[in-house]
Amino acid sequence: MSMQAIKAVASESDRAFALNQALEEKALVPNGYVEKFTHVMEEDFDPTNGARVVARAWVDPEYRALLLKDGTAACDVFGYTGAQGEYIVALENTPTLQNVIVCTLCSCTAWPVLGLPPDWYKSFEYRSRVVRESRSVLREMGLDLPESVEIRVWDTSAETRYMVLPFRPEGTEKWSEEQLAAIVTKDVLIGIARPEIGVTNPAHSS
Amino acid sequence: MDGIHDLGGVQGFGRVRHRKNSDTYTPVFHAPWEPLGYSLLFLGAAELQLFTIDELRHAIERMVPQQYLSSSYYDRIVVGVASLFVEKGAITQARLEELAGGAFPLALPTGPGLPAEPEKEPLNVGDAVRVHNAFFSGHTRMPGYVRGKRGVVVHRTTDKWPFPEAAGHGLSCEPKSTYHVQFDTKELWGEAADEATVVVDLWGGYLDKV
Repeated sequence: MSMQAIKAVASESDRAFALNQALEEKALVPNGYVEKFTHVMEEDFDPTNGARVVARAWVDPEYRALLLKDGTAACDVFGYTGAQGEYIVALENTPTLQNVIVCTLCSCTAWPVLGLPPDWYKSFEYRSRVVRESRSVLREMGLDLPESVEIRVWDTSAETRYMVLPFRPEGTEKWSEEQLAAIVTKDVLIGIARPEIGVTNPAHSS
Repeated sequence: MDGIHDLGGVQGFGRVRHRKNSDTYTPVFHAPWEPLGYSLLFLGAAELQLFTIDELRHAIERMVPQQYLSSSYYDRIVVGVASLFVEKGAITQARLEELAGGAFPLALPTGPGLPAEPEKEPLNVGDAVRVHNAFFSGHTRMPGYVRGKRGVVVHRTTDKWPFPEAAGHGLSCEPKSTYHVQFDTKELWGEAADEATVVVDLWGGYLDKV
């Protein structure tokens, strides 16, 4: 028997730091590399970016046309391209079509536009079920759509990265772009919610 | 690779533990070690060019199923990245275990990659296609639930990328467009599904015009 068979598995945290240390010992980690990339993931990749794109598309027909024709170019107007956001396609909702995004094989998401994927999006439950039982899954998560609305699920299985372009709710005719962006939440951009007046991204309670 | 990661359509999982707009998306990471997986992935892929993101996806698929199913998401990234750094000869598993103070199980090898994507005629939007009824023991980006199924092309990408069956094994090959192919859930799972459409982003190498 090898020693490996009887050694207890080290904790997730101990193994992650061991990997970093092993690479540092070989001088493979440039100074500040992890800190810099962590900052990009925490601060630069954010769903308020996608919200800004949607709000602009709602008020500017030319920009909307660009977003639907060439999502990458439209997102690049704001600088929202980069790692895991190099070929972006916007999916246009209508009152009778709801687009929903998933990655059944892992967790692929348009990072620069939507932010890193949340835990539930990466869960086995969402990955296995939303392609097959989309209407039931959405209902369980609080989006109960009438039968007249077609649900179209997009499995992110190659290099295309998607964002949902929701339709603009009634009662927002006089709103500014900033007001509009506030009701385009992370879940709206993934497609498991529709924009609602008064519903914004939940604040972090610290 | 018909692994446990290929979860689309698998039955028996419970409710998604989320209600729309109920969670804050910050903080992005919940423990100090969590950003290490992605950071060291991009170090290895973009900075050192030791491996590709496709190889990372495949390394995670190569974890034994029990380990895959019982690990957290970010732990799977750490195990995948560690496996690649060890396989490329940059570090050793023995040193990882010394530093971690315990076992550090890594991914296991599977079948070899394909050197190139099969040559096919380009497809157009509106074409009816059937996904190959083919099996492959290495990395693939064809979810099992579309194998042998009929769909319609709704988009051809203007950018091109190498075939995952090659790139996932560190082989280079000519980049090609992918196709957004729309399927009816009836075609995929008969009556045992909610009525809807599913669009899968597929390389032409998986598709035949019908």
